[in-house]
Amino acid sequence: MIKILPLDQISQITVFNYWQLNSIRIVSATPLFTMGKDSSICYTAHFDLVVIGGGSGGLACAKEASTLGKKVAIVDHVEPTVHGTTWGLGGTCVNVGCIPKKLMHQAALLGQSLQDARHYGWQLPSSSYEHSWETLRDGVRNYIKSLNWGYRVQLKNKKIDYLNGKGTFLSRHEIKVDLKSGNNYVIAVGGRPRIPNNIPGAREYAISSDDLFSLDKAPGKVLIIGAGYIALECAGFLSGIGCDTSIMARSICLRSFDQDMVSLITENMEEEGISFIRKSQPLRMSKTTGDKIEVEYENTETGLKSIGLYDNVMFAVGRDPTTASLNLNVANVKIHPESKKILAENEQTTCPNIYAIGDVLHGKPELTPVAIHAGRLLARRLCNVSSTQMDYAQIPTTIFTPLEYGCIGISEAKAEELYFKENIEVYHAFYLPLEYAITQRVCKQCYVKAVCLKSDNERIIGLHFLGPNAGEVIQGFATAMKCGVTYDQVVNTIGIHPTCAEEVVKLRISRSSGEDPTVTGC
Amino acid sequence: MHSEYSYDLIVVGGGSGGLACSKEAAEQGLTVALLDFVKPTPLGCSWGLGGTCVNVGCIPKKLMHQASLLGESIHDASHYGWEINENCSHSWEKMKDNVQNHIGSINFGYRVQLRDRKVKYLNAYGTLVDPHTIKAVDRRGKETLLTAKNFVISSGCRPRYPDIPGAKEHCVTSDDLFSLEKCPGKTLVIGASYVALECAGFLAGLGLDVTVMVRSILLRGFDQDMAERVGKYMKDIGIKFIRPAVPLSVEAITMNDGKKVLNVNYTMLDNGNKAQDKFDTVLLAIGRDPCTVNIGLDNAGVVVEKNGYIKTVNEQTNVPSIYGIGDILYDKPELTPVAIHAGRLLAKRLSGVSTQQCDYDSIPTTIFTPLEYSCCGLSEEVAIEKLGDDVEVYHAQFMPLEWTIPHRDENSCYLKLICNKRDQERVIGIHILGPNSGEVMQGFATAMKCGATKAHFDDTVGIHPTNAEWFTTLRITRRSGQDVKVTGC
Repeated sequence: MIKILPLDQISQITVFNYWQLNSIRIVSATPLFTMGKDSSICYTAHFDLVVIGGGSGGLACAKEASTLGKKVAIVDHVEPTVHGTTWGLGGTCVNVGCIPKKLMHQAALLGQSLQDARHYGWQLPSSSYEHSWETLRDGVRNYIKSLNWGYRVQLKNKKIDYLNGKGTFLSRHEIKVDLKSGNNYVIAVGGRPRIPNNIPGAREYAISSDDLFSLDKAPGKVLIIGAGYIALECAGFLSGIGCDTSIMARSICLRSFDQDMVSLITENMEEEGISFIRKSQPLRMSKTTGDKIEVEYENTETGLKSIGLYDNVMFAVGRDPTTASLNLNVANVKIHPESKKILAENEQTTCPNIYAIGDVLHGKPELTPVAIHAGRLLARRLCNVSSTQMDYAQIPTTIFTPLEYGCIGISEAKAEELYFKENIEVYHAFYLPLEYAITQRVCKQCYVKAVCLKSDNERIIGLHFLGPNAGEVIQGFATAMKCGVTYDQVVNTIGIHPTCAEEVVKLRISRSSGEDPTVTGC
Repeated sequence: MHSEYSYDLIVVGGGSGGLACSKEAAEQGLTVALLDFVKPTPLGCSWGLGGTCVNVGCIPKKLMHQASLLGESIHDASHYGWEINENCSHSWEKMKDNVQNHIGSINFGYRVQLRDRKVKYLNAYGTLVDPHTIKAVDRRGKETLLTAKNFVISSGCRPRYPDIPGAKEHCVTSDDLFSLEKCPGKTLVIGASYVALECAGFLAGLGLDVTVMVRSILLRGFDQDMAERVGKYMKDIGIKFIRPAVPLSVEAITMNDGKKVLNVNYTMLDNGNKAQDKFDTVLLAIGRDPCTVNIGLDNAGVVVEKNGYIKTVNEQTNVPSIYGIGDILYDKPELTPVAIHAGRLLAKRLSGVSTQQCDYDSIPTTIFTPLEYSCCGLSEEVAIEKLGDDVEVYHAQFMPLEWTIPHRDENSCYLKLICNKRDQERVIGIHILGPNSGEVMQGFATAMKCGATKAHFDDTVGIHPTNAEWFTTLRITRRSGQDVKVTGC
């Protein structure tokens, strides 16, 4: 007997080994069919673990569990944006996050390299260059598609069932994607950009980072509304590839980061030509006859209203977890009333057989490697091969603004709050990368500081680096911090010369000394 | 201050070590004099205050390496949408002038620093007369006698010439390369040291036809697996290798069109065959010798090894008032930061403010070849020699994200962690071949200093997307024999 499920209960399913029966395709290593009286096909199967969400966390968790011998299914679905943008397997990071972001950041950096190259003897014809959005967008898109495909091959090779469908809980043991059922579930559905619904015209005319990387036409003159890292990173690379870019920020930028460092970042961005419209918020948007977007906004301090005309307006005011469609109530999975994210302890939700990892977790950093790491450790615990918990403390991160900011541990302000100023020593330095020496680049913002706890042997509790390749620089120090590294151990490490990273081990000037922290030479 | 001597401390050699030592000593309240003098190369090249690193080493090398990397960036840029003509030529003169201007500003900066810190600077050649006296001779031949309680010898090294006809007359070394008037053109680099490979690398990156003549192995003293990978990448980008071979003679000849070239006769060491080839420039990079001859060390009674290096204990020679730092030290790494660190600590000890010694263990370094190689700690071979089967090597090939769009090779970049199974998988060697590997390695060198184990690396959350994060997700061991080819996130 074969039961065909009504189409409105099934989202599109993409398959490797597939059977096609009346427009339903099913993927599985070992399918089980039942047919109902009304000739419908019902695909049911039992799994040890069902992962909802095929992003960084979900994929890592599923692959690890499968390697450890469990029968695993991944349910992945992308709700198209208001403008119809959608994408394949891999989640935010691969499709509309880290990967396209870093590639476009690289495009912007290469623009800078072209400027530098002439000073190094390269005979380039002019001092400014045109940039083709389509070439960049297509190059990025092709690479992303290869990743989507690569993940699907990996899942197939590891015999993980992949369903391109939306999962909704029917009970704590069943979800509806063709009536799957499993022992344990891992919710790894991530988040999506928030577009305010109280601003007329926002939904119709504005885009989000979900749409940005695959825009049909070159972005042109862009307004980015928001002040988090997504807003600043996108503004950075858009400006770098030649777009006239503005950022509209309601109050401070990069709220949870060290504000000292943030002011250097924004200062650098302003020097690169990005305009900051501060203390402002949008009121309404509309399309002009010339096909531009007209934005009316007001200064929240003065009340002064202004109008701006842009080719594109992008909201980057935060991301909301994709928990609404899961029907978590029925499975008794509780969410935080304000953030709407899932509450969990050691990644276990309020329902014992349902877990959560990644961006959907309340109170945890929204970062790909965090999701991957937690996902793997969770899989190992679920398979009973390990009891190691995820350590969410001291997670290094990097913001890929034009001048990159890498950091680990706490900000200086937070350190003073927690430990009091007398117990904190800060060593800092302004430096200039050697490679900038013979270009005509004036960059006064390359800076590094170490926040140390005096009462604990000057242990490093925060390390902040602003400069080229900040992520590469910070990573190793993150491992050192896991070993409880002290200031002494850092400065007794011999430097690698000439690099920017060696400026960390050359830190000598303390803030308390009041001396000029500008590095002068070897 | 001791009035029986003109100075508390006289430093001989104003390079990385000498400058750091003299500045620190002055800061600690000692009276200090610094002697610096550059003997011109056989071709007449000379330079200002700052030593090898600033004038004919790290600084110009890294800047020219950067120039060659920018050539790659120009190529990549069109894949990233920039509308430029990739076939872009390079002006050696423009680059050389800008590099030399920068060096000049550093020379000047150092002289200002010395003056500000009241270090007496003499542009003079120093020769020791006895353990407390030195004779300084300036350019004009004027002699001055100076006395000091202590001396620090930091005279560094200079490139070695092979004993073959034409070497000194026609060949250049790294001492000449960075200020060559004209573009080197078709170049033969003789040697397989990091100096040879770095120079060959950036010359090729600027578009020149480059050949490297190697007597036996590449990068002697370095991990040979990594050394061969470095060499393979250089081959893949078009640098030619003649190996194993040694040069026999170099002669200048004039071609039919009037152009002057250098003819190099050489012999292949595997089959004894002799051959010859023509080049515009021949760069010798077969090694460096310490400048410890003719500086009066024998007058002071300092013992110098046959190869010119000086054995010290806590940087002190066999003569109590005479110390040594930097490249002249026997069996110590010849690196700027080592000299600087040792120089500063020595100055602090001589001034009595500290007793801290320089730790020469696990010093990180980077070779700035076209694909950069950075390492810290033991090579795989040395680790296996010391620990045998207790060595566990975790390794991976990786593809930098930025290489994807320009379709660069997937299998060139590589990294490995060498761990001691006997000691909780303590990390005793770290190696990475890839872009910006110096930036990657620095923090891990600190982690090694803290005694990091493989578990510490595994517990570290990666920063995404970077190359460095690969160190935090290493799973495949060499022992397993598993394929380490690139697969994706």
